[in-house]
Amino acid sequence: MAKQILFIIALLITLGVFAYTIMRLWSFFKLTKPFPIRNYGKRIGLVLEIAFGQTKIFRRPVIGFLHAIVFWGFCVILLGSIEMVFDGVSGGEKSFYVAGFIYKFIFASGDVFAVLILIAIFIFIVRRLFFRIKRFMGSELSHKNHADAYVALSIIFLLMVSLLSMNVFYCAMHPTNLKGYYPVGIFLAGYFKDLNYESAHILYEISWWWHILLIFLFANILPYSKHFHVFLSIPNVFFSRLDPLGKLPNMDSITKEVKLMMNPETAFAAPDPNEAPPERFGVKDVEDITWKNYFDSLSCTQCGRCTSVCPANITGKKLSPRKIMMDVRARMKEKGPKLVKQGKDFSDSKALLKDYISLEEIWACTTCTACAQECPVNINQPTIIVDLRRYLVMEESSGPAGLNTIFNNITNNGAPWQFSPEDRMLWAEELYTK
Amino acid sequence: MEETKKIEVPVMAKVFANGQRPEYLFWVGCAGAFDDRYKKVARAFTKILEHFNISYAVLGKEETCTGDPARRAGNEMLYQMQALMNIETFGRYEVKKILTICPHCYNIFKNDYRDLGGNYEVMHYTQFLQKLIHEGILKIDSDLFKDKKITFHDPCYLGRANKEYHAPRAVLHAIPSHKVEMERHKSFALCCGAGGGQMFKEAEPGDKEVFIERTEEALRTGADIIATSCPFCMTMLTDGLKYKNKEEEIFNWDIAELVEKALGI
Repeated sequence: MAKQILFIIALLITLGVFAYTIMRLWSFFKLTKPFPIRNYGKRIGLVLEIAFGQTKIFRRPVIGFLHAIVFWGFCVILLGSIEMVFDGVSGGEKSFYVAGFIYKFIFASGDVFAVLILIAIFIFIVRRLFFRIKRFMGSELSHKNHADAYVALSIIFLLMVSLLSMNVFYCAMHPTNLKGYYPVGIFLAGYFKDLNYESAHILYEISWWWHILLIFLFANILPYSKHFHVFLSIPNVFFSRLDPLGKLPNMDSITKEVKLMMNPETAFAAPDPNEAPPERFGVKDVEDITWKNYFDSLSCTQCGRCTSVCPANITGKKLSPRKIMMDVRARMKEKGPKLVKQGKDFSDSKALLKDYISLEEIWACTTCTACAQECPVNINQPTIIVDLRRYLVMEESSGPAGLNTIFNNITNNGAPWQFSPEDRMLWAEELYTK
Repeated sequence: MEETKKIEVPVMAKVFANGQRPEYLFWVGCAGAFDDRYKKVARAFTKILEHFNISYAVLGKEETCTGDPARRAGNEMLYQMQALMNIETFGRYEVKKILTICPHCYNIFKNDYRDLGGNYEVMHYTQFLQKLIHEGILKIDSDLFKDKKITFHDPCYLGRANKEYHAPRAVLHAIPSHKVEMERHKSFALCCGAGGGQMFKEAEPGDKEVFIERTEEALRTGADIIATSCPFCMTMLTDGLKYKNKEEEIFNWDIAELVEKALGI
């Protein structure tokens, strides 16, 4: 009974803190622009393929395989964690055992996965510590970002240790009449044959509490960490942009203006005084982005696959698609609370553009979409880069000299180069075939 | 000397006035019309169209920029003005099918114009050639490239942007020759460095130019021919070959030119 009360208190604190975090993020999401979601069937397919199938992670087969082990393992072990919460609240033990064969299968898999995850996490830590992985050395990664990675990896490591010790001592407690099947647990319990029931039970209880409290802690650290992707990667894949990578979102406000201009009847008419003031073109700061852009930034775990394939970054330019995502998240963290508190007119004389993301970065992008292609959770970086360019070009009329020249040429002669439209057919002159 | 035939490229306004409705609009694009190197590709593809008696016409002086470079450089206003103008022109000539030689034109017609009401069946010329091969119309039995090693550079806007990795390879496959892939190819392909307006501006400071990185990768394959299917990739990789002093031994040809040569037309 005491255990039940303690557990319920711990659970309520966990849920309370978590609810606070979600409310806070929700208030930030409300500051952003719409991004319509349709085609639910297709989206479920994407989740099965990219999230559960881990297909994009496998683009790097070796390290991708290790990640997939961790991911699939988490999915299985999650069911065990749900049972622990159920047990904790109800005061029962192994409440889901009624599921029979399925239970045995899932818990046996979880037991084996715990060892595999332990190995994978160990490799991840060693790799981060002692190998020179270029994508983990980007200048945008601060000490805090690196620490963040080690904290998350260590917690996962300890979670797996506690899960295994829970299984081992459970097996030690019940040499017969075991609920479920634990291949690793039974094997390791062989080393604890001399343990009496009481000692095994105490060690089991310690492991149990250790494991569940660490889960509660982890769940509340994640939203403030780059490892928020543990929660958000699956929904982020679900909310993926479904358009081909080559397509850019249309600006309907511009379409309206251009159509008015092209129509001789409306081109010179006085503007409608009742019309709402036009919104800002493009993205200057976080309130101009869509909620999906912000969701992308929260889902980013800074793996740097995007940056490692970026032609600009590979050739030493400042642009790093990963940094764009990190900047969006950081800027929202800075400005979001003030916008919520002081209203949408709040200004701190800073902006995402220029103060976080420099012009040098924005203009180095070739829009090759390699970053978006590579992202394991389907983040789309090029659209936000183009949105930042849209602000610069259409609101500030600023852009690299070469681009201003092509704008003029396209306007005046319908080609980026300064050739007369009259010469459009010169290529076809004196053309002979056999 | 072999007998030669002069090609009069059909212009839409004229054929339309004569009551003809060509099946395809051949969109030449700015590079095909104005870039001296790429004019040869436009000519090569025209010869292929003529060789197979394809019903087509070009817009000629009525052709204008698709708006793509403006759009990707952030000038949405200019893009939409160009796009709406083009959609109007296409409507006037009842255009339903468009052939492009440039993947950027292909992409913007196929994807972006839809949002402005322009719905067309758009084909990149490599897809069109693949179709001709599939239908048994295009057959190549030349041994011109028999001993040559060809590597293909995927253009971003055909490849990743539209997931078309097969068509250009299918066409190359039909040309008797050795094919070799670069280390980064298909969805992993490295950009030539020209996209997103980079073609028309100075590169930002860095250690290296993107086109040199890509040219070096192409050279590592030991290929005799670097095949491209995009005017901007061609500019970049041809420059790369010059930069590496390889332009005398290794050639950058467009797939349309390879087909033209192999057909001997």
